Amino acid sequence: MNNIAALFKARKALGLCVSGCRSLSSLAELPEMHQMMRQTCRDYADRELGPIAGKLDKEHLFPGQQVRELGAMGVMAVEVPEELGGAGMDYLAYSLAVEEISRGCGSTGCVVSVNNSLYIGPILKFGTQKQKEQWITPFTTGEKVGCFALSEPGNGSDAGAASTLARQEGEEWVLNGTKAWITNSWDASATVIFATTDKSLKHKGISAFLVPMPHPGLSLGKKEDKLGIRATSTANLILEDCRIPLGNMLGPRGSGFKIAMQTLDSGRIGIASQALGIAQAALDCAADYAHKRTAFGNPIGKLQAIQFKLADMAVAVESARLLTWKAAMLKDAKKPFTKEAAMAKLAASEAATFCGHQSIQVLGGMGYVTDMPAERHYRDARITEIYEGTSEIQRLVIAGQLLKEYAP
Amino acid sequence: ENTKIRVKPDHSGVVTDGVKHSMNPFCEIAVEEAVKLKEKKLIKEVVAVSCGPTQVTETIRTALAMGCDRGIHVEVSGKDYEAMGPLQISKIFAALAKKEEASLIILGKQAIDDDCNQTGQMTAALLDWPQGTFASEVTIDGEKVKVVREIDGGLETIKISMPAVLTADLRLNTPRYATLPNIMKAKKKKIANMKPADLGVDMVSRVEVLRVDEPPTRLAGVKVETVDDLVAKLRANGTI
Repeated sequence: MNNIAALFKARKALGLCVSGCRSLSSLAELPEMHQMMRQTCRDYADRELGPIAGKLDKEHLFPGQQVRELGAMGVMAVEVPEELGGAGMDYLAYSLAVEEISRGCGSTGCVVSVNNSLYIGPILKFGTQKQKEQWITPFTTGEKVGCFALSEPGNGSDAGAASTLARQEGEEWVLNGTKAWITNSWDASATVIFATTDKSLKHKGISAFLVPMPHPGLSLGKKEDKLGIRATSTANLILEDCRIPLGNMLGPRGSGFKIAMQTLDSGRIGIASQALGIAQAALDCAADYAHKRTAFGNPIGKLQAIQFKLADMAVAVESARLLTWKAAMLKDAKKPFTKEAAMAKLAASEAATFCGHQSIQVLGGMGYVTDMPAERHYRDARITEIYEGTSEIQRLVIAGQLLKEYAP
Repeated sequence: ENTKIRVKPDHSGVVTDGVKHSMNPFCEIAVEEAVKLKEKKLIKEVVAVSCGPTQVTETIRTALAMGCDRGIHVEVSGKDYEAMGPLQISKIFAALAKKEEASLIILGKQAIDDDCNQTGQMTAALLDWPQGTFASEVTIDGEKVKVVREIDGGLETIKISMPAVLTADLRLNTPRYATLPNIMKAKKKKIANMKPADLGVDMVSRVEVLRVDEPPTRLAGVKVETVDDLVAKLRANGTI
């Protein structure tokens, strides 16, 4: 009896199940539709994003036209059902789309990811039909993008300590407080925002709300001057007696923290995909340079020092990619994916910073100047280890899940 | 797109194994034009056709994702495929056009692998249909088609009766990116499979490739000081 019980526990620990095995084998070759979708996004990134990414970064320009074109392709709402205006595809397709777009431009990939995972994601999962039609459909076309406001000046990782307050006054909610580091803020037409409705319940007293932008009582702080992903806008959201109808609460009262955590679980796959795209772009840059640059009489790709770097970069990217695909496929199969999503985000973001760093090293002096994209990939990569859960938080999430599996 | 072209060691052709194949750019423009005509309700149905081995079904699916209604894969592989040229393809297209009772055949003006620029013209000749080649503008007017053609001297406008063959030139349109919902819909569209023999077409080639070589490496140039020097050098190496 003990042996059988132990066997079941071990099986559970290894995460094996019948359909899981079937989908794992498909990691070797993507389904045809996914390959076609990946190629379409790659073509778009190569032709429309690659040539302008440097300019978008240098001039801090929001890629409005490109976001509209991507909206027309269905990329701004990949998982949204067709009846609501989306592409009706799965999370694996979404991951592939974000990776290819990010490979062309890290900032644009970020906009795509935030709109899909952080803004549309929670509304799709927790919204009423009316809320979905009002707050999702207009945001599928690329004409409007949304944002996600959880972090505050006083708390990032410590999300339970939300100090933004929401009190009910008649038929309205009145919000007060400040949110910090909000991606897409200056370009968004709506936000999913988290505020405390019952302080005594601590993190179980946080609720989620939908607020249109612009809106009376909601103002934006200055645009942050960032190291990377400079074509996206990042700023504070300041709420001063911001009034919204009662119907703008998302999900049940007090479920805000749960909504945030579940949203971030999925969002991690999106950010992992963005990091993969940036890492791949850095690797592409270095490998191409290794063929062309000569030193000591030969292309530098012939030198083992360079070969070892390229090999390490490739392994880092490919292993992170398989982790990301696995997390996406588990989500699509409606299986638990929290641990795998955290692993994917951790692996991919560290792969991105590693590849960004090594790519500059392969290019030498050329990697340090803006003539080559290596320095932009290095700068764009850095944020992926921070937002949507720092690498430290990911490690806590992974360890938490792992220890649960091994609990006696 | 970034693949380096390599000549096979036996000089019989270029290496195609393991090289990713995608739709010929001029054919993309042709597909786009057909889909646009259907969106304007000027034509009823768009059928995407490709001749070749199994892999061409991927290209047909891309055409379906762009908006074509159904596909036909004419299977040609092995030695037949290596020897296949414009004449064989034109015969296949002519046979299909009759079978399908097509009113328009729209192709790319030429394929960028062999640059033959013959298939459209040969297909029209075999069918005894009028042809509007190098089209940069196509307008359907009842039973006739007005075609603006890009020719060496400028632009030529002709009016031809349908059924007709059109070949697409670069400036005809800008092909759309397949949207994700259309890629999903393409999954359900049908691709029929057949062989040249089913259409009564013999694939024997009248052309034999003797040898394929890489172009000679470009030599460095020489700078000269005066026009007289230039003329002297050109005379010395036999150019003039």
